[in-house]
Amino acid sequence: MRMGFFPGCSLEGSAREYAESLRAIAPLLEWELEELPDWNCCGATAAHCLNHTLGLALPARILALAESAGLEELLVPCSACYNRLAATRQELQQNVELRPKISQVIEMELAGRTNVVHVINALTRAANNGLATKLKEPFRHKVACYYGCYLTRPLSTASCKRAEDPQEMDDVMRAIGAEPIDWAFKVECCGAGLSVTRVDLVAELSGRIIDDAVQRGAEAIIVACPMCHSNLDLRRGAIQRNRRRRYSIPVLYVTQAVGLALGLDRQALGVHRHFVPVRLPEVSCAARAALTREDVVHGEREL
Amino acid sequence: MSGSRSGSLDGSGLSARIHHFTNESVLECYQCGKCSAGCPLARDMDFPPSYLLRMLQLGMPVLDEQVLASLSIWLCLTCEACVARCPKEVGLPRIMDFLRQESLKLGKVNPKAKEILAFHRSFLDSVRRTGRLHEVGLIARYKMRTLHLLQDVLAAPKMMARGKLRLMPPRGAGKSDVRKIFHRTSAADPTVTQPLSSSDPQRCREEQS
Repeated sequence: MRMGFFPGCSLEGSAREYAESLRAIAPLLEWELEELPDWNCCGATAAHCLNHTLGLALPARILALAESAGLEELLVPCSACYNRLAATRQELQQNVELRPKISQVIEMELAGRTNVVHVINALTRAANNGLATKLKEPFRHKVACYYGCYLTRPLSTASCKRAEDPQEMDDVMRAIGAEPIDWAFKVECCGAGLSVTRVDLVAELSGRIIDDAVQRGAEAIIVACPMCHSNLDLRRGAIQRNRRRRYSIPVLYVTQAVGLALGLDRQALGVHRHFVPVRLPEVSCAARAALTREDVVHGEREL
Repeated sequence: MSGSRSGSLDGSGLSARIHHFTNESVLECYQCGKCSAGCPLARDMDFPPSYLLRMLQLGMPVLDEQVLASLSIWLCLTCEACVARCPKEVGLPRIMDFLRQESLKLGKVNPKAKEILAFHRSFLDSVRRTGRLHEVGLIARYKMRTLHLLQDVLAAPKMMARGKLRLMPPRGAGKSDVRKIFHRTSAADPTVTQPLSSSDPQRCREEQS
């Protein structure tokens, strides 16, 4: 399936393993990724915080590029980019007066024909389309699916249907053999853009997320946003100092977990690039418990 | 406080300007407090979100001033939890964007938000120059602006070892188009991306105080 691909800036730097793992699983899922030529930054939080028109114009140029390339769908891995692109598309669709103004700024026509699709939605489609039959090494681990803000909010453009208890990532994880846990911090904010300016606040917010996942027995946290990943992984030192506790739970991109289940090499998925080493128990606690139960049952039968 | 001033959306007060530019009405809020309960940083703010809305509703110039000079508007993470839980769907994220821009234009930025503003500006500087964000360039600019030269120096070699530091800025990323976009959008609003200088409203305010 042919899909336009907008990687976004982080995937060229601090989140390159997200790009590597996405490109690695794409052929196995029959995704034909066509990177948008000449793409620019979506402006992220900085643009819409400081200048409303700039905050619309930067994503509008990306949407217009996709449209002029004749793409029906634009695949976006970063949740923050997704939020800016989807919000801009919606605002320009609803506000007819704004459209010519933005068109003038970007010197491109924009009709809003291209759909913005988050990686989670593309994976959901794959999960409904026989992903389970392609598994080589099912990802049998207890996982905490962490959605953060922009997969679930604002609801009108969000890629997930339920704002407080989304299920999309959980379903993808189930499809690859994992056991998603029920936990309280699925949609809490990690501290996002304050990562550099207020590490103290990020350590506090991300610390609560990590702690809840660990308390409830997760073996890994699964994310779909470079900002969430960097706050939970790169900032682990600050989190541990803030909470005066060590946490060894790894944080994986959803594409890495899917890649591992598809039997891809860890190196190809960029698993070695994390700050917190990805060490997963050979067989998960849950699976081990099930095994024991089965053994017991089996044993009883033999007796 | 005069009755006519309170709750007015057609005067020249801040709530009227919010309504004019964002189409959001602060009068919708009936102070249930769900936004403040759900805001991840409410307890670190000088005024939690529902307080800001109440201050705006009252329409008193002294309160409008306090809103524009608050740290809250800069701490806001734009996580959108407030509007997701608001029974009246008051578009607080959009209001916050407007308040930040207004605070910047009028030179009212809270001194404690200096780093946060410097980060946003460094971010946009980097995008204007190369069309895409260059993370190394962003951090270098941020350090120059804030003089926090030693912050995160230990993270750099670790990121390098993991192949996550891209030293060279990105090339050919619609650079000239993006420059034009910056030029056109900041013509109406020059405070946004200008480098730190004597005309910087942030610095002006600090010098005055």
